[in-house]
Amino acid sequence: MTTDAMIPARATTGKVRSHQTQNEALLFEKSSPGKRAYKLPPLDVPAVDAATLLGTVHRTTPGELPELSEIEIIRHFTRLSTWNYAIDLGMYPLGSCTMKYNPRVNELVARIEGLAEAHPYRPDSLAQGILEVIDNLQRCLLEITGMDAITLQPAAGAHGEFTGILLVRAWHESQGNPRKKILIPDSAHGTNPATAAICGYTVENLKSNSEGGIDLEALTRQVDEETAALMLTNPSTIGVFESQIAKIAEILHAKGALLYMDGANMNALVGKARPGDFGVDVMHLNLHKTFSTPHGGGGPGSGPVACKAFLEPFLPIPVLVRNPQTLGAPSFPRSSAERVGDHEPQPAMQLGWSYNRPNSVGRVRAFYGNVGMFIRALAYILANGPDGLRQTTEDAVLNANYIRAKLEDIYELPYKTASMHEVVFSDKLQAARGVKTGEIAKRLIDYGFHPYTVSFPMIVHGALMIEPTESESLEELDLFIAAMRAISREVEETPELVKTAPHSTRVSKLDEVQAARKPILRWKRTT
Amino acid sequence: MRYLPKSPAEREAMLAEIGAASIDDLFAVIPAEHRLKHDLNVPRAHAESEIIDYFRAAGTKNATDYASFLGAGAYRHYRPVIIDSLIQRGEFLTSYTPYQAEISQGTLQAIFEFQTMIAELTGMDVANASMYDGSTGAAEAVMMAVRVTGRHKAVVASTVHPEYREVLATYAKHQGLPTALIGYDAETGRLDLAALEAKVTEETAAVLVQSPNFFGVIEDIPAIAAIAHAKRALLIVSIAEAISLGVVRPPVEADIVSMEAQSFGVALSYGGPFCGVIAAKEQFVRQMPGRLVGQTVDSTGYRGFVLTLSTREQHIRREKATSNICTNQALVALMATIFLSVYGKEGIRELAEHNLAKANYAAQTLSAQPGAKLLFKGAPRFHEFVLQTEEAPAAWSQRLLDNKIVGGIDLSRWYPELQNCTLWCATEIVTRANIDTAAKVLAAWPVEAL
Repeated sequence: MTTDAMIPARATTGKVRSHQTQNEALLFEKSSPGKRAYKLPPLDVPAVDAATLLGTVHRTTPGELPELSEIEIIRHFTRLSTWNYAIDLGMYPLGSCTMKYNPRVNELVARIEGLAEAHPYRPDSLAQGILEVIDNLQRCLLEITGMDAITLQPAAGAHGEFTGILLVRAWHESQGNPRKKILIPDSAHGTNPATAAICGYTVENLKSNSEGGIDLEALTRQVDEETAALMLTNPSTIGVFESQIAKIAEILHAKGALLYMDGANMNALVGKARPGDFGVDVMHLNLHKTFSTPHGGGGPGSGPVACKAFLEPFLPIPVLVRNPQTLGAPSFPRSSAERVGDHEPQPAMQLGWSYNRPNSVGRVRAFYGNVGMFIRALAYILANGPDGLRQTTEDAVLNANYIRAKLEDIYELPYKTASMHEVVFSDKLQAARGVKTGEIAKRLIDYGFHPYTVSFPMIVHGALMIEPTESESLEELDLFIAAMRAISREVEETPELVKTAPHSTRVSKLDEVQAARKPILRWKRTT
Repeated sequence: MRYLPKSPAEREAMLAEIGAASIDDLFAVIPAEHRLKHDLNVPRAHAESEIIDYFRAAGTKNATDYASFLGAGAYRHYRPVIIDSLIQRGEFLTSYTPYQAEISQGTLQAIFEFQTMIAELTGMDVANASMYDGSTGAAEAVMMAVRVTGRHKAVVASTVHPEYREVLATYAKHQGLPTALIGYDAETGRLDLAALEAKVTEETAAVLVQSPNFFGVIEDIPAIAAIAHAKRALLIVSIAEAISLGVVRPPVEADIVSMEAQSFGVALSYGGPFCGVIAAKEQFVRQMPGRLVGQTVDSTGYRGFVLTLSTREQHIRREKATSNICTNQALVALMATIFLSVYGKEGIRELAEHNLAKANYAAQTLSAQPGAKLLFKGAPRFHEFVLQTEEAPAAWSQRLLDNKIVGGIDLSRWYPELQNCTLWCATEIVTRANIDTAAKVLAAWPVEAL
């Protein structure tokens, strides 16, 4: 690939071709007094004089909201949308973020009137439909994780971590000592140490071994009677399954410490292995990763927390129970013989919320969680069934290993351990030519791909963290591989082309230093 | 499986390229004793039509044809059609956090517009890109005040949403952050200013109030601010009903505003996803939690937007971050931005005035029934009010349900002193007919007479 071939407007690499995008000002700059995009129905009760009714609390200066017509709003946001890359446009190989296909039926069912319009305080008797959805999802997630009890209340993964560590803390307190520290591997997500700090724990770093995994000797040395838990991502952030997981759990448990699993990478395990079967005491799931709910440009997510039975009394309030009359009953009515879902007889009891939980860690969010995400996740599980879930996991692992096999000759693989759902290279070979991972990532944009995750995990210097997910076809994977190989050649032949990328986007590299030094965080009228 | 884009032959070819004999080879790293030996016990694979049938049945079972007077932190307003048209564009729906600014300008500009609108409405200088919801936002705002002031106590109004207070208690518990609760004036339903003055000290990091408060009463923010600021404590105002800002004076004396923006075009969805947001005075921006979008220029001087001040955040600062928040509510914030574009400067006022009128009519009509009384008459309200009845709420609420109306929520669940008191909400969606019917049923007129 030469410089010339990339820059002319008609150049193509097989995946992309440049096209025009439209300019679009800020909403406020397009505003003009008197334009309207709304009409209220006639008021069927007597109008009131707000100034009289409210007196000194009446608002006299309106906020500077834009005044626009409906077509302008449609065009505004449609034009903005065309400036975004998205899974719907192509491969989005952000390691750790699991950018898989977001099925559209999920969006449809989440908007069904009886579910979307349900008020959280409506009587349980009028909410049996949504409660059954919640109950079904809970039971599916318990089966998938092999755990005993669950809360769906946390709003996102980090919020789930917070909830999970609160459970750990509450249990230790019930044993007489909350303990002082949480062990966190140096390969962990930044949310892990931030969470431990919020829960009042000090963070002790655990250095990874030469294979990027847990160093059992270091672990044995560092776990003591003041260790509350180890927060472990499994498979790890380098995409490797901790094959010593049972031993890790044993070392922790011997000192009374617990094993917390960050379930960000659960999409590598669904249908193949269950954390509840390999010693995990408590974990969170990301419904917006493993269970296909959309990322939406940064959220909403949902971070259910599943735990073993001994942590169940500490779950946040309220918990879903099968019979509101027997408050405090276990929230996980399931037996191995029972099949979750539509084949079971109708429950004789009503579902309802129980608040009578004296040992609960309390509430972590108002109401019951991001229910709209529960609906989508259950729709995804229903679409897949047991075979589909397993095949999904297998395809995710197959895709990552395919990329590894096709790129490991030109990108350095710092850890040779078998990859699961993602593969982490380093920029060592390219950096020797003066081109770093962040620059390679930006160049990928010109080839029509979203960059991989850059410079994470921190145990790999100059990391390229690639997670294709199961949603990529062989054709798309081959295009990605071709792009990565082409960029590698460019690093040799025309490194400046890579270092100044992207060349094909609406905006070129943005000045982040200026943005941070003198923050402009809002529009202001300049008159 | 319809979501998986591979043929069996392609899978075989890929395995051959990898040098694996079968897919099981790729899972060999998982010790045999930990590999799942059975099929997951989850429902069989469903056709798309079956999935829709399943959820439609659940929706029907939920009952849809009830008029509702429920509010209490979750409000039903009309949602303009274009919200769902626009947010379902794949470029918004299926994109990630806009870390790669060059190919995320759509999301980034929309967030910048959201931040501007929230700042304009709340009277604050800056707003962030969103928090999970109003409850966690309020807790994060208190922790933010602790960082700003270096003090470790908080004073909280009992008229803050009870579930927000519960969430704050969970967050505060392990941070060495004792909180004192301030009661309300029995006549006005407003915060007891004398009690507040007595409790705020030189050690108070923040005073947290809600306005309109949980009873729908609008607080005297300037007076509360004066008390807080006299001891150099920060004032945090929580706003659970964002539409109120169309007609209620913004809390400009506050240092931090934590708002639940659900009312701006977000479906109730049984309590989530909603959209929290924190706004503040400019000098506190570096202690804010969550993401911020800032304006900058590209190498040719063209305007663009980036995530900024990220050295506050967990992916950089780890255990020293301002919060552990990562995923936020971006798509819901986009709903709010579109909603506010539709209503605009005049519409938000007009909409708020309709809410005011409906609630005023509902409060007068319901409290005029025998045995019913309007509480907290001495202070201005927005669209919620507290009704006290001689008859126990359990009795008349069943009568209302029989007439397909969900009445006000029983307050004694959170305020034991408020026996037979219920919190009612009337938004623009509630009709005069709904209100008149509810009044008749409340008055225990014979059902036959309706």
